[in-house]
Amino acid sequence: MKLKRMGNQTVVFSNPSVILSSYSVVGPMEGQGPLSKSFNSVWKDNISGNSSWEVAESKMLEEALEGAINRASMAKDEIDYLLAGDLLNQIISANFAARTMGLPFIGLYGACSTMALSMSVGTMLIDGGFARRVLVGVSSHHDTAERQYRMPTEQGGQRAMSAQWTVTGAGSLVLGESGEGPRITAATIGRIVDFGEKDANNMGAAMAPAVADTILNHLNDMNRTPDDYDLIISGDLGSVGLNLSQEVLKKNGLAFNNFSDCGVLIYDKKQDVHAGASGCGCSAVVFAGHILDKIKSGEYKRVLLVGSGALHSQTSSLQGESIPGIGHAVVIEA
Amino acid sequence: MPKQNLRPPNLKVTPQEYEQLSKSMTPKPTIGKNVIRAFLVGGLICVFGQIIINSFVQVGLPKDQASTATTALLIFLGALLTGLGVYDEIGKFAGAGSIVPVTGFANSIVSSALEYKREGYVMGVGAKLFTIAGPVLVYGIATSIGIGIIVYFLR
Amino acid sequence: MFEQVIPAFIVGGLICVVGQLLMDLTKPSFTPAHVLVTFVTGGAILGGLGVYEPLVKFAGAGASVPLSGFGYTLAKGAMEAVGERGLLGAFSGGVEAAAVGIAAAVFFGYLVSITFNPKG
Repeated sequence: MKLKRMGNQTVVFSNPSVILSSYSVVGPMEGQGPLSKSFNSVWKDNISGNSSWEVAESKMLEEALEGAINRASMAKDEIDYLLAGDLLNQIISANFAARTMGLPFIGLYGACSTMALSMSVGTMLIDGGFARRVLVGVSSHHDTAERQYRMPTEQGGQRAMSAQWTVTGAGSLVLGESGEGPRITAATIGRIVDFGEKDANNMGAAMAPAVADTILNHLNDMNRTPDDYDLIISGDLGSVGLNLSQEVLKKNGLAFNNFSDCGVLIYDKKQDVHAGASGCGCSAVVFAGHILDKIKSGEYKRVLLVGSGALHSQTSSLQGESIPGIGHAVVIEA
Repeated sequence: MPKQNLRPPNLKVTPQEYEQLSKSMTPKPTIGKNVIRAFLVGGLICVFGQIIINSFVQVGLPKDQASTATTALLIFLGALLTGLGVYDEIGKFAGAGSIVPVTGFANSIVSSALEYKREGYVMGVGAKLFTIAGPVLVYGIATSIGIGIIVYFLR
Repeated sequence: MFEQVIPAFIVGGLICVVGQLLMDLTKPSFTPAHVLVTFVTGGAILGGLGVYEPLVKFAGAGASVPLSGFGYTLAKGAMEAVGERGLLGAFSGGVEAAAVGIAAAVFFGYLVSITFNPKG
């Protein structure tokens, strides 16, 4: 059997998966941001009549999953696997959305990198001949994440200048073995890189080395340079982490003029979110909307999406552990 | 520093160098602005408290009881403003100016209890009321008892 | 109606500034909860040393409204009760003196929590 590995960490797919459709749902704040037109659905408020924020997040993910299937004009039964994840303990948003969907379900946790991770694993399933069609989707919700990771939303206090705002949103893609659409051609699974950052209000700084490490290894494995990509986009380092990542890669002799970040794009500076956005939903909705649109319009021919995850928990933070960062990269080509 | 054994190629930056770099690139809190806001809002909350104390004294309450009644009233107002979703907006502006006064204590009690209501009235509201009130009472009461014991033996 | 208002403003404001500097100049793991605990403990200790009493006399609400005033009330209650009842007073005095504040916090906190829903 022909091995599809290339270098240390990368796989190059011989049968790339095709992104057959996408769907994105966001909350009101994201709907007021600069990318508002690229989303398929904008909720008027963060709870939308549900009994709790957690239920709302799960419903949001369901809406994204159903939306992607509908846009692919497909019956639900044609999907072989559902790959989904979110930020909450035991990935409950994904679990409950999967309960409604009734599809064979693989739950994934990669914090904010879950979208890129599920796109990689989904394409592996397809390329390996284990599935014809895979539904991937992730979600995050500002209020569920804040109360799990930081403090109650009604508590009066100031957020750190380096803090990122968790996106309320869910994004979903249908990946298929054949058809029309952008293709996922390669993936680099990242490793944990932890330089000792402990501040949960500065996750960009915690994840930046991991993203830099994955980009370095990806380019090395593929024998490519940054200029081989029209866009390298991390999701989501925020403004602090994006600068740090570029600074670190400079020391390895890599310079970029096409490096951006989903967490920087989704909100306006006026929205007072400090260092930008975070949360699984951020890279999911920015990719499913804005970036896919630009790939389809021909503006981007080849994009490297690097999902970045801060894999700490509140317990590990309280115990003084640093934040283990990870970055997963996928190559999307028109 | 966490132990890491990564196969090359590796980033050409040591964790120590990265810490420096991260420090230099992370935006600092705007201390000057924060301090002025904390002073103004904190001062105004105390002025408000003083006016209430004075009013209670005017209607005939002894001074120490007026002060106690004022504390209770401020706790009520802090709790109410939290329920109405206003106190976190004040806090965003004022920082410690609205955390340190006793209204901030009320805010911290209600904010955690309020959010956990969906987890039930016993393990949600009942337990979470003390998320921050608990540590405050533990350290406050323990310190006061310690002081009392010292005073007893020094007498 | 307006007596002592100016000292209350200045002293109360300055105590809050101390809290702000504690948060901005220390590690980010120093949360509002840590600020509150520091102030209640600090107020109790300053009360025990006899430093906080003159401040309350001078600034009124400026010293009693910040949470350090709550700590001072606890310490003062414990010390006075020791004079009246001996060692047992050390245990009962603080909580007795602060009883209204503690009870109000629990009662109003509960009432508001069951009445409203979080806005996010």
